[in-house]
Amino acid sequence: MNALEIKKLSVAINDSNILKDFNLTVPKGEVHALMGPNGTGKSTFAKALSGHEDYEITSGEALLDGKNIVGMEPDEISRAGLFLAFQYPSEIPGVSIANFIRAALTARLKDNEDFEVTQYYKKLYEKMDLLKIDRKFTSRSVNEDFSGGEKKRCEILQLAMLQPKYAILDETDSGLDIDALKIVAEGVNNMRSAETGFLLITHYQRLLNYIVPDKVHVMWDGGIVRSGDRSLALELEEKGYDWIKEEMALTT
Amino acid sequence: MTQTDTINIDRDKGNFFYPTDYEFDAGTGLNEDTVRYISQIKKEDEWILDFRLKALKVFNEKKLPTHWASKDLENINFDKIRYYLSQGQKPSRSWDDVPDDMKKTFERLGIPEQERKFLAGVEAQFDSEAAYSNMKEQLAKDGVIFIGSTDGLMEHPEIFKKWFGKVIPTGDNKFSALNSAVFSGGSFIYVPPGVKVRQPLQAYFRINAENFGQFERTLIIVDEGAEVTYMEGCTAPKFETTTLHSAVVELVALKGAKIQYITVQNWSDNVFNLVTKRGLAMEEAEIKWIDCNIGSRLTMKYPGVILKGRKSRGEVLSIALSNNGQHQDTGAKMIHAADETTSNIISKSISIGEGRSTYRGQVHIPKHLKNCKNNTECDALLINTNSRTDTYPAITVRGDCNSVQHEASVSKVSAEQIFYMMQRGLTEGQAMSLAVNGFVNELIRQFPMEYSVELKRLIDLEMEDSVG
Repeated sequence: MNALEIKKLSVAINDSNILKDFNLTVPKGEVHALMGPNGTGKSTFAKALSGHEDYEITSGEALLDGKNIVGMEPDEISRAGLFLAFQYPSEIPGVSIANFIRAALTARLKDNEDFEVTQYYKKLYEKMDLLKIDRKFTSRSVNEDFSGGEKKRCEILQLAMLQPKYAILDETDSGLDIDALKIVAEGVNNMRSAETGFLLITHYQRLLNYIVPDKVHVMWDGGIVRSGDRSLALELEEKGYDWIKEEMALTT
Repeated sequence: MTQTDTINIDRDKGNFFYPTDYEFDAGTGLNEDTVRYISQIKKEDEWILDFRLKALKVFNEKKLPTHWASKDLENINFDKIRYYLSQGQKPSRSWDDVPDDMKKTFERLGIPEQERKFLAGVEAQFDSEAAYSNMKEQLAKDGVIFIGSTDGLMEHPEIFKKWFGKVIPTGDNKFSALNSAVFSGGSFIYVPPGVKVRQPLQAYFRINAENFGQFERTLIIVDEGAEVTYMEGCTAPKFETTTLHSAVVELVALKGAKIQYITVQNWSDNVFNLVTKRGLAMEEAEIKWIDCNIGSRLTMKYPGVILKGRKSRGEVLSIALSNNGQHQDTGAKMIHAADETTSNIISKSISIGEGRSTYRGQVHIPKHLKNCKNNTECDALLINTNSRTDTYPAITVRGDCNSVQHEASVSKVSAEQIFYMMQRGLTEGQAMSLAVNGFVNELIRQFPMEYSVELKRLIDLEMEDSVG
């Protein structure tokens, strides 16, 4: 069961159904892209899966390596191995990035384990060098007065440090200039391995020029309507989402 | 005192209780006889008894300040409180000589250990009197005096009588009058000219008895060019009935002297903590209050500095944390009374659940003064939507040769922030704790290390506990 398997997941916000019998499988070691126009439920899926209390999962399962994470608390889901890179990450004034990541790692320690400070900084600096992040960056307060690019970089650094089993990147490409986009993509590409599964949520196919996905899924009105390889993303770019809309109109 | 065999233990450090027998007990309620009893067993001079009796009259005449302060004050039943309880009036110089029940209490609070590690002297008060008092030998050789209030007035009247009740007059408020009538314990400190006490002196105040009132009196006089840091901590076990703590603390910093006074208040939440603290700073002297209020049911405390000498400096750095059922009504007073005086107030309050925080500030710079400066920053953090915070800054600045800066902010820990942190693996309690630590971080960095560690730990405990 080395996969993140979403089975017939239905999600409601304030009693209105956003996701309906949503199905998706991301095997470990693969990179999938979830595309679709705004308002089709991509971010809802990410938040609901992470256990956000505003999103009610009305039916279905989400299996992380075979373990159902539906109904678990957000922190339990995180520690079980699911990471969400936020589209709009929150500011935490007064808490440095270094201390924040440290707190997140400390929360993962077993009862008989101690936090290894030296090892931690060694690893942190390695990852920062890899992501071309300046050393001064981690002493700044988490997301406070950050540019769009800095916020995304901060998310990717956390991802690299926490080494989850599955990572969902929610619109990580939005608000990035081309250089920042390349750095983020390089970071993700570096982390690509048999140990991790990625789901990239994106509106544009631009990001997929830099992170080449194994599979592309197109979402429409709360469900996946089409899956294919990378050429599907290129097709979408060429034809736009109207093409999907028209097809959907025909079938309903 | 009812004897019980059980020891009450809760998660909070101070919430435990070893049964104790008291040899001296002024009984319940307050009248002239209570005051005479206290004065008599302390074998005080006549003038001290007179001072007390006059104060009692002032206390009885003054109304509770409920026209501006919390109506909760009306729930203090002064007739049901015990005003003096002790096992004797002379503190031991060695922990070995401290009676077992008290020694166990202080050991559990870690006081002897801290003394060995980083303190120059310790006084540990148990209910009305100090059970232990000791200071490093070298300091005694340097002429430093560190003794109890009555001893100070009787043994060194030439030093202490001059300033006793001068910085905070008996009639300053109802509770300073109450303290003046029944004061017992506290520290009288004198540091001779030029002596710089490198390690802090510490007082630890322990309330152990139920229905009790603790009224310590502290007077610290630091002579020209001398320096001292004084720290106080306090705890009490949690009782169903109310407990009263009403201290008066007066500081005098003579020319060029420096006093740093640090408080970490961790009373249980049945304690009314009504304290008057004020310092007098002479020419080029500096007084800094670091005030952390975490416990108590209602705290009313506004440490102040009267900037009497040219170029004197006053500072109040405070943190207040109010949880359900708590009201921290705190602030600062800066009275500029000379040219080129500067004052700085930084106040951070955190309200959790139904906890309530109030900031009251008073900054006064009269018209005839020149080149005075005040900076005031007060920031409030609300953890839940039903938390409450109020700010009442009163800044009177006259004349145009003075400068004042005032900034205030209220922020909230949002559900999105908490979700973000939980998505990284932190529990809800850890997430809130981190948000609060972030809020106070910059301020705590200015505290001595031992205290910032202790404070962070206390905040963590409070936050973990606030998650239902």
